[in-house]
Amino acid sequence: MTTITDPPKQQFRLSMLIYDTRYRSATIQVVALIAFMLLAAWLIDNTARNMMLLGKTINFGFFGEPASYDINQRLLDYTSRDTHLRAALIGLLNTLVVAILGCATATAVGVLVGVLRLSHNWLIARLMTIYVEMFRNVPVLLWIVFIMAIMIETLPAPSAFRGDNATASMLLGDTVALTNRGIYIPEALFSRSLGDIHFFGASSLRFDVSLDLIAFLIVLGAGLWASHRIKRRADRMQEETGNRPTTWYLRVGVVLVPVVILLVALGFHLGYPELKGFNFSGGTHLRNSLIALWLALSLYTAAFIAEIVRAGILAISNGQTEAAAALGLRPGRVMRLVILPQALRVIVPPLISQYLNLTKNSSLAIAVGYMDITGTLGGITMNQTGKELECVLLLMLIYLIISLSISGVMNWYNESVKLKER
Amino acid sequence: MKKTVFWGVLTVAGLAAGAAAAGTMDDVKARGKLNCGVSTGLVGFSAPDANGEWGGFDVAVCRAVAAAVLGDPSAVEFVPTTGKTRFTALASGEIDVLARNTTWTFSRDVDLKFEFVGVNYYDGQGFMVPKSLGVSSAKELDGATVCIQTGTTTELNLADFFRANNISYEPVPIETNAEAQQQYLAGACDVYTTDASGLAATRATFENPGDHVILPEIISKEPLGPLVRHGDSEWGDVVRWTLNALIAAEEYGITSANIEELSKGTNNPEINRMLGTEGTLGEMLGLDKEWAKRAISAGGNYGEIFAKTIGENTPVGLARGLNAQWTDGGLMYSPPFR
Ligand SMILES: N[C@@H](CCC(=O)N[C@@H](CS)C(=O)NCC(=O)O)C(=O)O
Repeated sequence: MTTITDPPKQQFRLSMLIYDTRYRSATIQVVALIAFMLLAAWLIDNTARNMMLLGKTINFGFFGEPASYDINQRLLDYTSRDTHLRAALIGLLNTLVVAILGCATATAVGVLVGVLRLSHNWLIARLMTIYVEMFRNVPVLLWIVFIMAIMIETLPAPSAFRGDNATASMLLGDTVALTNRGIYIPEALFSRSLGDIHFFGASSLRFDVSLDLIAFLIVLGAGLWASHRIKRRADRMQEETGNRPTTWYLRVGVVLVPVVILLVALGFHLGYPELKGFNFSGGTHLRNSLIALWLALSLYTAAFIAEIVRAGILAISNGQTEAAAALGLRPGRVMRLVILPQALRVIVPPLISQYLNLTKNSSLAIAVGYMDITGTLGGITMNQTGKELECVLLLMLIYLIISLSISGVMNWYNESVKLKER
Repeated sequence: MKKTVFWGVLTVAGLAAGAAAAGTMDDVKARGKLNCGVSTGLVGFSAPDANGEWGGFDVAVCRAVAAAVLGDPSAVEFVPTTGKTRFTALASGEIDVLARNTTWTFSRDVDLKFEFVGVNYYDGQGFMVPKSLGVSSAKELDGATVCIQTGTTTELNLADFFRANNISYEPVPIETNAEAQQQYLAGACDVYTTDASGLAATRATFENPGDHVILPEIISKEPLGPLVRHGDSEWGDVVRWTLNALIAAEEYGITSANIEELSKGTNNPEINRMLGTEGTLGEMLGLDKEWAKRAISAGGNYGEIFAKTIGENTPVGLARGLNAQWTDGGLMYSPPFR
């Protein structure tokens, strides 16, 4: 009879930390952590000591001081007497504006180009390839500066619109002016406006919200919801009876009619740009810097998105297309109903990175004098106050928050399109 | 990426500040070269010529300091800086002196921790407009689009001026003089505003300078001068007295033509002390006897430099005005060499 004995209890020896696979990975992690913390401590200590040598202290008090500089593009009211904090807020909004405009445009162009690049039409497919390679392989900074230079050098100055022998004229029935300072377009005005609600009184973070806009969004939202209900009902009837009732005029009607009634009630009209003095006034001014930055960022990022979309589509097996075709679906519907929904699962995760890239690349704004957060907080404020460390730390924190928010939203969207296994 | 930038910033802040500690003179001597911060290109003040050789009114200060300290006016590494990058460059130790039409202000001196060693050009902010605009006063500029260099005092003055006069404007922030020039000439802005000397220098490079006028209003005081880091007074003294030597040389009639002659000894003891034939001023600075002689020989005295780079016989065409010697009713006044 054999007895099974426990293996002899081995005594713990120090060398086991390295040679014993049970401990080795823990050892490596602990050592790495200690090294990392030492490095961090050294850097922080070194920074603190050298800041002291320079006679500088870390102090965020300057945020309450008047900024003393003007900003051309401001979505909220701002004068040079406002604080550095408000200047930073104005810059932040400008960053968000190009980021949102850029992401939307880049997605639209990117999806279109990505799909067209797979077209069976040789010419279209080649043209799209040229587009992608051209934008993908030239640094985005050059595109920004290039588009700005083209606008400045080729479009007429506002003075060219003046006088009897004007060399330039407005477009679309005198409603739009293309100048080298930007594009002036009509703006929405309300003669029986509901007014604004003011938030945060007179503080640096104050802002107004237009009640007209809120009313518009509520009515539009309600209309879309009603339209959706009508569609659902039609779907149900189709399933029950096999006949789909014609509902498109109802669906358009519930959206449009209330909106039009609201606009008439509010006295909606357009304000047109008009040449007054040195510049056009009235209307909305899309500054050349905004346009250059927006176009360059979107076209550049769209080239990457196009490749992501193409990869996503190619990842769906050809059998799917053939099966869909066998069911009698037309090519457009095959793409929209069968291929794209599946491709989205492949497309969305890398798309998030592209949105993040676009947002971070928007910090190149200063190249064309667009006053984003890097131009205000990380530019003029930092320069005039000499608070480099504070401004840069804050700037990084802000970009981090913006990026994490984008990731959060996109990850939530990704959850909703990914394969649902039942 | 975020993390790397963060540590990068901390490291740069840390290492750079380490280099910024006292002992600039020893560093310069050990290096054998003076790192001098200049503009990215402003004709007459600091701009590279066709051969890449830097020259100009501010460059002359760098060369004089290099001649005094290193004995060679060409032992200078010129570092182009923009309005925005210049102070970081100086604070971080990347440059030893900044000579880039920089205005001496309270906050730069006290809060940003720099030491202005003097004034080499008394200036003020002006406005330039195309003649065709038909404007004769800055007060008529309501609603105009104004090109302005960011990171400058002129950016702040501009905001104050328009506010005080209750008129509106559209600022177009721009990084360098070259970009401002491009936008202004293309009509993307109606007005270009900066130091009046800078306007004259910029206009001098236009194809048709006559088509542009500088408006009569001068809206600020812009005393421009070289500066060094706070906290290294020895180095500050060297740069300060080199500049003073150039100014005093004009006052006492020491020129590049007669300096050899005068340094054999004169019966004006002040000249003798400056040129090192009497006393030990050079040693007190930590330099040798002939430091000032070399500084003056590098490009001539203050008046000669002025005439050669930005004076009335150059394309820039600036009159001495406030920058004449005090003996001629100007503000140029060197403390005594004693
Ligand atoms: N004196 C002002 C303005 C200095 C400034 O930036 N001047 C311009 C125009 S006169 C310049 O030197 N530009 C040259 C460049 O762009 O590098 C200051 O110190 O803030």
